[in-house]
Amino acid sequence: MSPETALLTPAESEALLLSLRISAVAVLCALPFALAAALLLARHDFFGRSLVEGILHLPLALPPVVVGYLLLIMLGPREPLGAWLETHLHIRFAFSWTGAALASALITFPFQYRAIRLALQAQDAGLAEAAATLGAGPLDRFVNLILPLALPGIVAGAITAFAASLGEFGAIITFVSNIPGETRTLPLAIYSALQEPGGESEAARLAALSIALALIGVSLAGLADRRLRAALTA
Amino acid sequence: MSLDVELRHRLGSFRLDASFQIEGRGVTALFGPSGAGKTTIVNAIAGLLRPEHGRIVLADQTLLDTRARIFVPARRRRAGYVFQDARLFPHLNVEKNLRFGWRRAETRASREEFGEMLDLLGLAPLLHRKPARLSGGEKSRVALGRALLASPRLLLLDEPLAALDAARKAEILPYLERLRDRARLPMIYVTHSVDEVSRLADAMIVLDAGAVAAQGSVFDLLSDPEFGALVPAHGAVFPARIAGQRADGLTALDFDGGSLLVPRLPCPNGARLRVRLRADEVMLALAAPAAISANNVLPAEVMAIHPAGDTNVDVRLRCGNVRLISRITRASLTRLGLRPGTRVFAIVKAVTIDPQLGPPAGGA
Repeated sequence: MSPETALLTPAESEALLLSLRISAVAVLCALPFALAAALLLARHDFFGRSLVEGILHLPLALPPVVVGYLLLIMLGPREPLGAWLETHLHIRFAFSWTGAALASALITFPFQYRAIRLALQAQDAGLAEAAATLGAGPLDRFVNLILPLALPGIVAGAITAFAASLGEFGAIITFVSNIPGETRTLPLAIYSALQEPGGESEAARLAALSIALALIGVSLAGLADRRLRAALTA
Repeated sequence: MSLDVELRHRLGSFRLDASFQIEGRGVTALFGPSGAGKTTIVNAIAGLLRPEHGRIVLADQTLLDTRARIFVPARRRRAGYVFQDARLFPHLNVEKNLRFGWRRAETRASREEFGEMLDLLGLAPLLHRKPARLSGGEKSRVALGRALLASPRLLLLDEPLAALDAARKAEILPYLERLRDRARLPMIYVTHSVDEVSRLADAMIVLDAGAVAAQGSVFDLLSDPEFGALVPAHGAVFPARIAGQRADGLTALDFDGGSLLVPRLPCPNGARLRVRLRADEVMLALAAPAAISANNVLPAEVMAIHPAGDTNVDVRLRCGNVRLISRITRASLTRLGLRPGTRVFAIVKAVTIDPQLGPPAGGA
């Protein structure tokens, strides 16, 4: 066993790996929706636009417990939608790591959406016009012009959302509970350690790990944005 | 290839109501002050703007007809567009920028033609650079090449030199001239610079407040005194030919009305070029002056006299088949008693001649 992993007990590394997996899935699944929403709202004006924008930002303002509660009353095993998903699509969110990923995806969606929308709005619309006069249709312009130019923003948003997702607590514990190996992510493991007598040192180690991960995530997001942007045009 | 344009459009308080027709190849300048509607017109031709009413027909294809609900999207119009701000794709190097339109063209230029375009515009050394590492003049050249390599049927240039300083302009103009002489497609050149018009354009459309104020050949319009109201330093532009190099360092030019002596021009005999005589640098005399330092004294006839401000008049002259224009004071007009039909001598100092290299309209 390498010295790094020896620092953590098996239960602790389980929580760490679970956190990483849940956050990765959450970010990747939310990304297409965040991109679609950003494309719609960055370029188009329509009736009810500010309402839609408000709803997209809601996870930032709502207590995560409320998000978890809403998920529970919609997708719980005995709720109609939850039951339907389980019988017909064999997707089970309640008390499963996929539910934790769904909760994280919702909570961190605004981070991705905002970063992508800013990247799109910063683009010169004249470039797309130039591409049109050169024979490029809408999909062609999206794939070959708009998407590559927005890439630094997309990556920065995804990394920020990933770092934020690692810290999600309220929505996860409310929706999918605190099941070791299934839904017990780092913050939940810290909480559980503090509930047990003599768990302080475990809590301190996991807290230090969380701080390190958050620092790495946030600085990586900034670095990725700058580096990618420079690489794009240099 | 002809282009028929008829547009009516409102943008805030601005109203565009313009129609014109362009025949065949050559450069047509869309000339007018800022806000005259020049860019609106080229955007409508390119398909970047959907006018309220209008009809645009290029050769035999209707690009726009609001009554018949025809609107061909920009990407299918094959109208090359060189924007004032170049609009190169910042994430692609010069070569990929050039290939962007080339790859999407209906009839792709051959590899040889691609190479010729690189030579014509001097782009070969720039191919692997990204736009951020190009100078303003280099960006303009790449934008020009990119538009042309998409094999357009029509080229729209929206003040391609306006963002450049004088030195960069001087760098690009020869490329534009070569292009005009080689490219077999109609070009619409938006500008508010008389210099660029007299140097590049064959025909011009003068726009004022959203309407066509005048249309005609550059040679006729620039020497039209009515035009003097629109531009401060106007003058006559006409085609000439190098007649010979003299031992005293001067070059003799022939034009359709006489000959001129100008400082040495490094051109072979027979080369065609354009000459511009500014109205305020042509003096008039009733008798041929015997002792005078000016090298050029041209016999001419007064055609018309037009007021030019409170103290001046523009005298329109005919010198052979070429029209000249002279701006003199009202006091001089009275003293000389000039009237249409008066025979005069137009005195032009050799150094005031402004030869613009490049063949005249329709020149081979």
